[in-house]
Amino acid sequence: MVIEAPEIARKRKAGQFIVLMIDDKGERIPLTIVDSDNEKGTLTIIFQIVGKTTAQMAQMEKDDFFLHVLGPLGHPTEINNFGTAVCIGGGVGIGVAYPIAAALKETGNKVISIIGSRTKDILILEDDMRKVSDQLLVATDDGSYGFHGFVSAVLQNVIDSGEKIDIVFAIGPVPMMKVIANLTKPYGIKTIVSLNPVMVDATGMCGACRVSVGDKTKFACVDGPEFDGHEVDFNLLINRLRMYCNQEKQAMEKYKCECHGK
Amino acid sequence: MENKENTEKKEKVPRQPMPEQDPMKRIYNFNEVPYGYTAELSITEAKRCIQCKKPSCIAGCPVDVKIPEFIQQIADGDFIGAARTLKETNALPAICGRVCPQEDQCEKVCVLGKKGEPVAIGRLERFAADYERESGNILIPEVAPPSGKKIAVVGAGPAGLTVAGDLIKLGHEVTIFEALHKSGGVLIYGIPEFRLPKEIVDAEVEYIEKLGVKIITDAVIGRLKTVDDLFAEGFHAVFLGVGAGAPVFMNIPGENLSGIYSANEYLTRSNLMKAYRFPEYDTPIACGKNVAVIGGGNVAMDSVRTALRLGADNAYIIYRRSETELPARAEEIHHAKEEGVQFKLLHNPIEYIGDENGWVRQIKCIRMELGEPDDSGRRRPIPVKGSEFTIDVDTVVVAIGTEANPVIPKTTQGLEVNKWGYIMANGETGETSREGVYAGGDIVTGSATVILAMGAGRKAANAIDAYVRSNKKS
Repeated sequence: MVIEAPEIARKRKAGQFIVLMIDDKGERIPLTIVDSDNEKGTLTIIFQIVGKTTAQMAQMEKDDFFLHVLGPLGHPTEINNFGTAVCIGGGVGIGVAYPIAAALKETGNKVISIIGSRTKDILILEDDMRKVSDQLLVATDDGSYGFHGFVSAVLQNVIDSGEKIDIVFAIGPVPMMKVIANLTKPYGIKTIVSLNPVMVDATGMCGACRVSVGDKTKFACVDGPEFDGHEVDFNLLINRLRMYCNQEKQAMEKYKCECHGK
Repeated sequence: MENKENTEKKEKVPRQPMPEQDPMKRIYNFNEVPYGYTAELSITEAKRCIQCKKPSCIAGCPVDVKIPEFIQQIADGDFIGAARTLKETNALPAICGRVCPQEDQCEKVCVLGKKGEPVAIGRLERFAADYERESGNILIPEVAPPSGKKIAVVGAGPAGLTVAGDLIKLGHEVTIFEALHKSGGVLIYGIPEFRLPKEIVDAEVEYIEKLGVKIITDAVIGRLKTVDDLFAEGFHAVFLGVGAGAPVFMNIPGENLSGIYSANEYLTRSNLMKAYRFPEYDTPIACGKNVAVIGGGNVAMDSVRTALRLGADNAYIIYRRSETELPARAEEIHHAKEEGVQFKLLHNPIEYIGDENGWVRQIKCIRMELGEPDDSGRRRPIPVKGSEFTIDVDTVVVAIGTEANPVIPKTTQGLEVNKWGYIMANGETGETSREGVYAGGDIVTGSATVILAMGAGRKAANAIDAYVRSNKKS
């Protein structure tokens, strides 16, 4: 989805996010910025339908507008010439991995990208990722395209091939990031993950997004969203993401009923 | 002598009680608890004021409201006149009439209070302001000729709205930058509907806008643009009234379990996002049956009373000192007790225990006793060894204070902060270490009251006016 927000487009850097609110009764949801176009003053975001708000967003048409767009929020990704960087994107996480891969490439890194999805049809940004990577590896869970299996197995192959990896960026579903972090830890490969916990204000005011990193409580909105994957307590994050499961279902049911009514 | 006779004669009329919603009904709704004085009650109460020749009440008010003057107008039945007198020095009277701690300010020094009960200044202020708003007869005061100076105000809370209201009347061009999607700051996200209806805040913000103030919401200064960017855009001065936005936790085991909120989050969900009307509104909130609120201030009372209205069977206040030290206003404690809040005093949480899904189920508490007075002058709470026990809960709200949000200090060059991260500012002028940058409210003092933030805003507005008029650079 492309959103017109010129001031944010001008300011934003890789790794930062925005908060959207559709209407007066809507919730505030954080979404990472995938790309921006300074001349057109636009931002690109990629989302998956996971609840009522994203379902509603999927129904939006050209020239519709959000009541509120806030950003850019969070720390930008720390981009340096690390040497060889592996960028891993899973599902819609590829959208977040893309600007990081592009920035890493521009800074002179050798970029190896690994992207994966459940099946071929829902794989996104393959061409874009290829353009900003020295090597692109694809995996699908069902084997319909590329490697048959998870991105973590592809990473293991890269490590086993003797490639010297200086840093890994892993963005995707929490279980994926957890597996990647566990995989790289014994090799001592620095691994950065981007966390997307529940947020409300997203400016450091409420603490909804607290995560445990190296046994210290951090707010993902102002201290993150990127953290050292070897220090993150992923189980806590998984639990906290489930906090409103029932209400999310309830809101979705209500929305579906209202849609059918129309 | 004349005063004394008056006192004796007028003291026969008692302070008029505030009509209120029945406690057993109001715990099932979010409607405002006190109904407000009627015109009749207001006149009776206003006539209790003895119109001291040297009134001490004005000095008791952080924004110097002309108290005897507006009370006389009410006594004379000139309610609109009273509202306008209030607005000469206080841009937000309907709000102050509700949330000011009058018992520590104007009413504390009222002469009548020495022998009996002080004049109900706050209730009269509320009445006059409500009367004007409901009548629709709102006067937009004349604004001074344009000064050609542009001022940026960061934060649309009590301090920022006051600064903006004052400076626009002095002829300056004023733009407020607000991080949230709605203006009002703590008045919108923090104080619940049952204590301060949001339509009142909206009306007061609308009034500030009618004066000509431009408000830009969804603008996080420090991220979207910095203070330096604002100067580069042509603003001549910047006021920082961003509040003490970051929540404090106790850093005890289990504090990140699901179901444990900061008061900021709990109240923001309920008030700003209207989670109490879920699923009509999209934002959810945990509606616990056994809710514990940690802390004893006004924010703790707001949280625990919100929990009751969200359907809690047991709503506890857990506070480490005794009743005497509770920092909340007497009125809030009284209302909480009427509504059935259970006070666990001299108790302190030491650990949270969760279930297999990571949801909080129990608080492990320790009993406390009071020792010698500490730096704050209050007796220091000391844990009683071996007194640990558990309380069953499914929702916890931590309301033990806030600290400075570091976004602005970190992104503004030359802005000095103290060891707690609060911005260093002159108490009389709001001047900071950076020329042209002023600050006031909670980001300077730490968590305080709406009216103190407004008082700081008033002083800063005067200093900013003097600064931009004398400034040759433009």
